[in-house]
Amino acid sequence: MSDHVPRTVLDSLNLGLHQAMHDDPDVVLLGEDLLDPYGGAFKVARGLSSAFPKQVLTTPISEAGITGIAGGMALRGLRPVVEIMFGDFTTLIADQVINHLAKFNGMYHGQAQAPVVIRTPMGGRRGYGPTHSQTLEKYFLGVPGLTVLAPFNLLGEDPLGAPGQLLCEAILRGDSPALFVEHKLQYLLKLHATQELAEYSVSVHHMGVQFDRPFYALRLKSAPAAQITLAAYGYMAQLALDALHQLAYEDEIFCELLVPTQLAPFELAPLFEAVARTGRLLTIEEGTFSLGWGAEVLARTAETLGSGLRTAGRLAAREGVIPVAPNLEAESLPGTADIIRRVREMV
Amino acid sequence: MDHNAQLYRGLLAIRRFETLLMAQFKTGIFPGTTHTSLGQEANAVGVLTHLAEDDVVVSNHRCHGHFLAYGGNPQALFAELMGKPSGVCGGVGGSQHLHWRNFYSSGVQGGTVAMAAGMALAEKRAGRGAIVIDFMGDGTLGEGIVYECLNMISLWQLPILLVLENNQIAQTTPASLAVAGSIQQRFAAFGIQTVELDSSDVLEILPLAGDLIRQVRSQREPRALIVTTARLGSHSKGDDTRSPRELERLWQARDPLTIQAGRLSEDTRKAVEADVEAAIQGAFAAALAAEGGMR
Repeated sequence: MSDHVPRTVLDSLNLGLHQAMHDDPDVVLLGEDLLDPYGGAFKVARGLSSAFPKQVLTTPISEAGITGIAGGMALRGLRPVVEIMFGDFTTLIADQVINHLAKFNGMYHGQAQAPVVIRTPMGGRRGYGPTHSQTLEKYFLGVPGLTVLAPFNLLGEDPLGAPGQLLCEAILRGDSPALFVEHKLQYLLKLHATQELAEYSVSVHHMGVQFDRPFYALRLKSAPAAQITLAAYGYMAQLALDALHQLAYEDEIFCELLVPTQLAPFELAPLFEAVARTGRLLTIEEGTFSLGWGAEVLARTAETLGSGLRTAGRLAAREGVIPVAPNLEAESLPGTADIIRRVREMV
Repeated sequence: MDHNAQLYRGLLAIRRFETLLMAQFKTGIFPGTTHTSLGQEANAVGVLTHLAEDDVVVSNHRCHGHFLAYGGNPQALFAELMGKPSGVCGGVGGSQHLHWRNFYSSGVQGGTVAMAAGMALAEKRAGRGAIVIDFMGDGTLGEGIVYECLNMISLWQLPILLVLENNQIAQTTPASLAVAGSIQQRFAAFGIQTVELDSSDVLEILPLAGDLIRQVRSQREPRALIVTTARLGSHSKGDDTRSPRELERLWQARDPLTIQAGRLSEDTRKAVEADVEAAIQGAFAAALAAEGGMR
C-alpha cells in the first residue's frame, strides 16, 4: 500500500500497523495518547488515527481495563492491538493476560479465541529511571496460551521490513494472544539490508504455523568455524552482533549469533543445532539475571545436548533498580563490552 | 402454560439443578467446588427472559442460574461439573468457566466486567443491534478494573446492561465490612443511568429489566440495574458463617420460589414441579451415564 521503504525499526513497525489496518477493518488499536499529531509516546502509531479514524481508540490511563476490553473484543471476532506505553506497565495487565486472554481458548475447550496483540517498548539506556526502563518480558515467558515475540532489525524480503512484517502477520493471522516486545533504542536502529550485511551469512529458519516467526543465524562469511554460539533477541541482538564483529577483528574469536523472534513458546531447534557444533553458549538479555530468558534457554539446551554443551554462560542486567544517572545506568545494563569480556572468558 | 407458571418453571429449574447438585456433591461425583445461586434465581430469570437471539451474556463464578436461564442445557452443565467430555466445555472449565453460544463466564471478579465491555464495544462496531448483559456482585466492586471499565463504558457509550446482584455478602464478608459509600453513586459518578430495586420477586425484576434492556437496545448506551437480593446458600459448598437464625429469616422473607409459587393454583404448581423434577433428574442421569468423569 506504500512505496515508502522503511529505514528504521520504528518505520517498519509503523508500516506494519498501517498494512494490518488497511487489510482488515476489524483491526482496532487501543492505547494511550495515540491520536495524531502525537501518534503515541514513541510514535509507532503516527498517522494511523488520520488514515483509519474508526480503527484507533485513544484511551484513559487504564492498562488493565483496555487489555481486558481487547480480550472481550477478540472473543467477539475483532483483532485488537493494544499499545502499552512503557513495558514497565505490563505488571498492570498481568491478570488480564494470564487469567483472561491466555486462558480463554483452553478453558472454553477450544471454542473461543482471543487473538490480541499487545505491543510495548521495554528497555533502558534513555535515563528514564527505575519505573520506565525495565525489561520485564521474562515474567510473561512460559505462560501457557501466550506467544511472546520480539522483532530483529533486518530489512528482509518483505516491503514492510522484518519487524513490520512480524507485527502485521501476528495481528492478521495470530490465533492466540501475543506480547510483542519492542525496545526504546531499537526503534531508531537502521534495518540491515542484505547488501549492508554483505560480510555476514544470514540463514533464516522459518518457524510457526499460521505465520512466520523467523529464527535468524548470523556469522561472518569466510570466517573459520564458530567457537561459541551467542543467543540474543531484540535490541540485545544488535549489541551482540557488534560484539561478534569486534571479537573477530580484534581477538580472532569467531562467534555465531542466533536470534529468535518468537521467545515463547520456546522453540529452539536452530539454537540446539548451532550449539551442537560449538559446544559453547552465551545467552544475552537486558532483563535481570535470575530466572530469566537465558536460564530457560540454557536449561533446555543442556537437556537436549547433554555433554554436548561444554561451556555455558548468561549475561543479563544487574539485579537492582535502574538508575537515572547515565554512568550508573550503563553499569547496571549489559553492553557490548560486557559481551566481549564474557566471550573472551568462555573461549 | 401461563406466564406465571412459565416464570416459576424457570426459577424452579435453577433451584432443582442446584439443590440436586449440592445433594450429589457428597457422593464424590463432582470434582473441586461450586457456587450456587440459591435465592438469586429471580435475577437470572427476570433479566434474561428479555434476551434477543444475538445478545451476549457475561457472568461470574456464580453462573449456573444465568446459564440455565440463558437456555443452556442442564445435562451439559451437569456433565461439565462432573468433568466429562460431554460437558459444556469438555470438563475443562467446570463450574465457573462456561462458554456456549453467546454465553461466557469466568472466575476472576473484575475481569468479567472488562470482557463484557469489550464485547459491547464489538457489538457497537458491528451494528447488529445486539447488546451485552453483564452480571456482577457487590463483591466485584472491590476490584479496581471495574472502575476503569465503568469509565470507558460510559465514555464510549457501550450497549451494555450491568446487573449488580447485591446479595450483601462476599464469600463470608458482609458488605458492611467491604463496601463504603453508595453503590448507586458509583455508577452515577460515571454518568451511567442506574435503577435500584430491593426484591426477590421475579414479577418486580422482570418489567424493570425489560425497560432497561429496551433503553440499552434503542439508545445504544449503558444502563445499570442494582438488585438487592439474598444469597440463601453458602458461598461454595459449605462455608456459611451466618447464623441459622439469620438464614431462617432470609428463607422466610426472600425465597423467590415461595413468592412465585404463591401465585399458582396447587394443580398448576404441582404440574410444573413434576415437569421440572423429571427434566432435571433426567438431565442428571444422562450426564452421569455419559463417558468420563470421576469414576
